[in-house]
Amino acid sequence: MQHSNFFDYKKYRYFKVAVVMILLAFAAFLLFEPAVGHYGGSWVGYALGTISAGLVFWMAWYGIRKRRYRSSGTTQAWLSAHIYLGTALTFIATFHSGFNYGLNIHTVTYGLLMIVVISGFFGNYAYMIYPRLMTENMGEDNLDGLLLRIAEADKMARQIALMMPDDINNTVTRACRETSIGIGLLEQLRGFQPDCPTAMAVQELTALGHDLPVEQRKLYRDLYSLMVRRESLVKRARQDLMYRARMGFWLYFHVPFAIALIMAMIAHVLAVFFYW
Amino acid sequence: MAAAAKKKTAKSASATLHDIVIIGAGPSGLSAAVRASEQGLNYVLLEAEQAPANTVRNYQRGKLVMSEPRGLPLRSALPFTASSRESVLQTWEQTMAEHQVNVRYGAKALGIQKVATGLMVELDDGTSLHTKNAVLAMGVQGSLRKLEIPGGDLPQIQYQLDDPDAYKNETIVVIGGGDSGVENAIALSARNQVIILNRADDFSNCKETNLSQLTEAKKRGVLDWLLETKPQSIEANSSGDFPITVFANTPNGVERIPCHRVIARLGALSPRPLLESFGVGFSTPDLYALPQLSSHYESSIPGLYVIGALAGYPLIKQGINQGYEVIEHILGNPVEPADSALLREKFASFCTDRGIDDVLEKIRKSVPLLAMLSSLQLRELVLESNILLPQAGDVIFKRNDYSTTFFFIVEGELDILIDDDDLPDGHLKAGEFFGELALVSGRRRAGTVRTTQACVLIETPRRVMLKLVDSVQSMRRILNEVAIKTIIHLCIGLSLSEKDLNDVANNATLKTYAAGEELFHEGDEADGLYLIQSGSVTVSHTIGGRDVVLFYVAAGHYVGEMSLVSGEPRYATVRAAIATEAVFIEAGRMRDIIARNPEIRGELDARYLQHLQDQEKRQQLEMAFESNQVAVGQPSPSNLISFLIQQGVGEATDVLLIDESLCVRCNHCEQACADTHGGATRLDRDAGPIFANIRVPTSCRHCEHPHCMKDCPPDAIHRAPHGEVYIDDSCIGCGNCQANCPYDVIQMSEIHEQKEPSIVQMLLGIKPKSVPVGNGAKVAVKCDMCKDISGGPVCVRACPVGAALRVKPEELLNYAGGTGNDANLINDDAD
Ligand SMILES: Cc1cc2nc3c(=O)[nH]c(=O)nc-3n(C[C@H](O)[C@H](O)[C@H](O)COP(=O)(O)OP(=O)(O)OC[C@H]3O[C@@H](n4cnc5c(N)ncnc54)[C@H](O)[C@@H]3O)c2cc1C
Ligand code: HEM
Ligand code: SF4
Ligand code: SF4
Repeated sequence: MQHSNFFDYKKYRYFKVAVVMILLAFAAFLLFEPAVGHYGGSWVGYALGTISAGLVFWMAWYGIRKRRYRSSGTTQAWLSAHIYLGTALTFIATFHSGFNYGLNIHTVTYGLLMIVVISGFFGNYAYMIYPRLMTENMGEDNLDGLLLRIAEADKMARQIALMMPDDINNTVTRACRETSIGIGLLEQLRGFQPDCPTAMAVQELTALGHDLPVEQRKLYRDLYSLMVRRESLVKRARQDLMYRARMGFWLYFHVPFAIALIMAMIAHVLAVFFYW
Repeated sequence: MAAAAKKKTAKSASATLHDIVIIGAGPSGLSAAVRASEQGLNYVLLEAEQAPANTVRNYQRGKLVMSEPRGLPLRSALPFTASSRESVLQTWEQTMAEHQVNVRYGAKALGIQKVATGLMVELDDGTSLHTKNAVLAMGVQGSLRKLEIPGGDLPQIQYQLDDPDAYKNETIVVIGGGDSGVENAIALSARNQVIILNRADDFSNCKETNLSQLTEAKKRGVLDWLLETKPQSIEANSSGDFPITVFANTPNGVERIPCHRVIARLGALSPRPLLESFGVGFSTPDLYALPQLSSHYESSIPGLYVIGALAGYPLIKQGINQGYEVIEHILGNPVEPADSALLREKFASFCTDRGIDDVLEKIRKSVPLLAMLSSLQLRELVLESNILLPQAGDVIFKRNDYSTTFFFIVEGELDILIDDDDLPDGHLKAGEFFGELALVSGRRRAGTVRTTQACVLIETPRRVMLKLVDSVQSMRRILNEVAIKTIIHLCIGLSLSEKDLNDVANNATLKTYAAGEELFHEGDEADGLYLIQSGSVTVSHTIGGRDVVLFYVAAGHYVGEMSLVSGEPRYATVRAAIATEAVFIEAGRMRDIIARNPEIRGELDARYLQHLQDQEKRQQLEMAFESNQVAVGQPSPSNLISFLIQQGVGEATDVLLIDESLCVRCNHCEQACADTHGGATRLDRDAGPIFANIRVPTSCRHCEHPHCMKDCPPDAIHRAPHGEVYIDDSCIGCGNCQANCPYDVIQMSEIHEQKEPSIVQMLLGIKPKSVPVGNGAKVAVKCDMCKDISGGPVCVRACPVGAALRVKPEELLNYAGGTGNDANLINDDAD
């Protein structure tokens, strides 16, 4: 299928813009070297710093813009610009810093920017690979549908298990009760439950089925296939949650650190003007 | 005992001569009866059931009954304002009591005979009523098809299901494998054991969602079905748990099914046969034609009147007004129909110095096509139409607009411009009409129409025209002829002489194909040229033993020219993608024309070469896929085309697709839709089939001939010039469109006023309050392609990664085949 995503949007329009911006900043950096070496307070430094600050606010505005559905233009264009100009911003801010790092608010600001940018890159990576994997895992189903089917399998399995010997009944009930699909973020990121009770139940059932009376054989087979179905459903649901978590968790860094970055940046600017 | 008593009164009643017998106590009949009471007439109101107004009584509980059309005044002593079903019924019953309406319940009219002194109305108890006049107000709901088998009249058999929750722990047999039967079965299966008897060998006539719920329910073991099975008889049981037993004829012999209840959903019958058995005349053989009526609703039998839904007026208010008018007319009082006020408004700027009837007469005289209508039909048409008064040089519609209205020219002249130059390609004058092609094909306008002087035009909605075409034979014939001529003119004959054009048109035949049917087959001898008038077709060719779809051809284009030019047998198979109509021109006649018209020859040749090139390209692509399939792991473009066509893209004008390999499941598409559309999203991103990573989510396809429009009582569904199908605020929430849409994209929902959050609210994550708009009734909602939002569909524009996209079928091939550039992505900037 061919149509543009946010990387090649409009034949890499914002990539080109970003490259030009970086080159211009680099040229300025090379051409105008103050006598004392590069630093943020030089003429070029102020210029680059102002651009960087503007860009940071503009980058953060994306979070608002993407929720203002009545505004014109496409969010896709904004995201494409966001990633490329954000990368350009990294270079510009670096030139602005003149590579003067130390234990101060300025460097903290720079560090926060790096965290935001790096998490952003991870986000890009996640957006690139997980959607396809999610589709492969889920097909036309959705998570709610899977959970519903798991609940149904549970109900039937418990019903059948009631008519079976106690050990089988216990195994099944425990599997239904103790299997967890993924509640905490860590669990979701991991994507599996160690010693998953459902998987264990399937194994145990294999052993427990041997000495059943003939009249329970058919029920047993039904129960067994139900539990096998449950196991694969649970696996798929967990996978889905895992992909979701991995596709989204970087935002827990990207957004809070972006806010921290803005705070630090304001402090950095105030510091420059009042205490230089 | 009671029956005997009833018989007696009936017998004695038959001796007297009534002024009027009113049949059916729905809103129309009630209104007539109340008026007859007020006028002190000797009348009787017959109602088949034990209570009045059964259509309204059968609405779901608590439904808000709406009073459309809004502008129409109500003139009857039967009150009616928009309110809940319960309160409407209560007011009516109260009014009946106040006016001491002479009603007979449980009295079903079976037949009507003309006798020397008037009419004899035959009842189901064998008695007859003698009357001077009869008013038929039986609605159209009563004609549900019944089980005609022994035991089909047992009390445990019902033909409707009002409240599935009223039954539990029963075994219920549902007869009928259509949507309504299946929906009932699914609803009942929540608390009961259900068995469906289906005459067909599968449920292929059902909607996708019903199907999946059906299999789901079967898996749960609460529902089962028997295919190729018909009920044979039903017997009452004198003992045991089950009151009745159904004997069903299955492929494996007769099966006994003991049960509590039978719900038979066998579809509705057209009321026509019943009316015909009364002697009421129709002017066309069409099963759904409306009866011939005078302007006072009198049928071809003097003294026999038809009003309300049965006469083709689908709304309560109209029926109530007609009930009043018909009584006044019978009394000989001059009545001005209630809609006259509306007509006067229509004529506000046109011929203001004349009376309404005069203006109608003038219209009839100026337009021959309209002279074919009865005065009632003409009135109806004008009421539903717009009168346009364009100035010289005004454009009525533009080429490629999606409007589907039809125009009659009362005064003035117009030009038609088909190609890009500004020179007229045709000319229209007073008395003629235009827009007939959109009527059949539902496609974009093929040309621009512009006035050359001030004109008076009547613009009529497609729905109204179709209704007339069904009922007026002569009109249908003329429109068909003209439509054939227009399509020939458009497809091949801009340069054809008038004589040649007429010659071809007279010898062309109109062929209709069901979805999937072949127009011709690969290897066939070339028999002629097919001009696709409506619908669309796929062109496929056998590659490596497999039938591979190469192209998709939409209405307004032709197929079959390749063999005609080359003289070789058919290179490809052409199949109807959806129900399709094609104008067929024989090969011999075509060759004849080509010989005499070098221009046409040139054009066909050019098309032929172009096709050859495209075909070659596609074939290469297809082969490449074929040989690399495992390596690339991608299904071939042709499979994708077939898939999309299965999903209704063939009849779509615009579909939403989601590329699941890009979609990050952020749900902004749905959120954006909900926030800009009264709080309810009109697309379901998560549901819908996927093929090759492309999902067709549950969202409106904006069909060429929207199924949803078919049966909308207040005519609330329209198509905007760019093809958007939308529902306006006159929706009464009847749910017909929801049932008619094969893609399940319409929901019933309350509409809320949804404010855009301010930046502060957004930062703090506060949702602005949403307040219900209007009376908070549930109305039908669906995608309107954001036609009122500048910038285009918000779902597409809100997607951060570009996964959501809208395609038009013309771009489908490019898109799916990967031969085109970007598909129709809605883009902000202008390049
Ligand atoms: C789900 C739904 C929702 C709707 N919502 C609205 C709405 O909100 N607003 C609106 O304006 N319209 C609405 N409509 C349309 C409206 O219900 C009908 O237009 C209206 O009921 C027609 O009135 P009627 O009197 O012509 O016929 P009906 O209301 O159908 O009444 C006919 C009566 O005749 C009786 N009868 C039938 N055959 C015989 C016989 N042989 N002998 C004796 N009696 C007989 C029937 O039992 C019935 O009581 C809706 C329709 C449906 C299906
Ligand atoms: C100063 C630098 C940056 C700031 C302040 C910033 C800020 C933001 C904000 C506020 C969001 C919105 C999150 C949300 O509401 O869902 C966002 C999303 C995102 N950012 Fe950044 N960002 C910066 C740099 C970058 C960079 C350099 C990249 C990539 C190279 C990047 C990639 C992304 C991606 C992929 C998203 C997710 C888009 C979406 O799901 O809508 N960001 N960023
Ligand atoms: S609502 Fe359904 S029937 Fe109507 S246009 Fe949309 S897809 Fe077609
Ligand atoms: S907005 Fe785009 S990425 Fe988000 S859910 Fe919708 S289609 Fe997927």
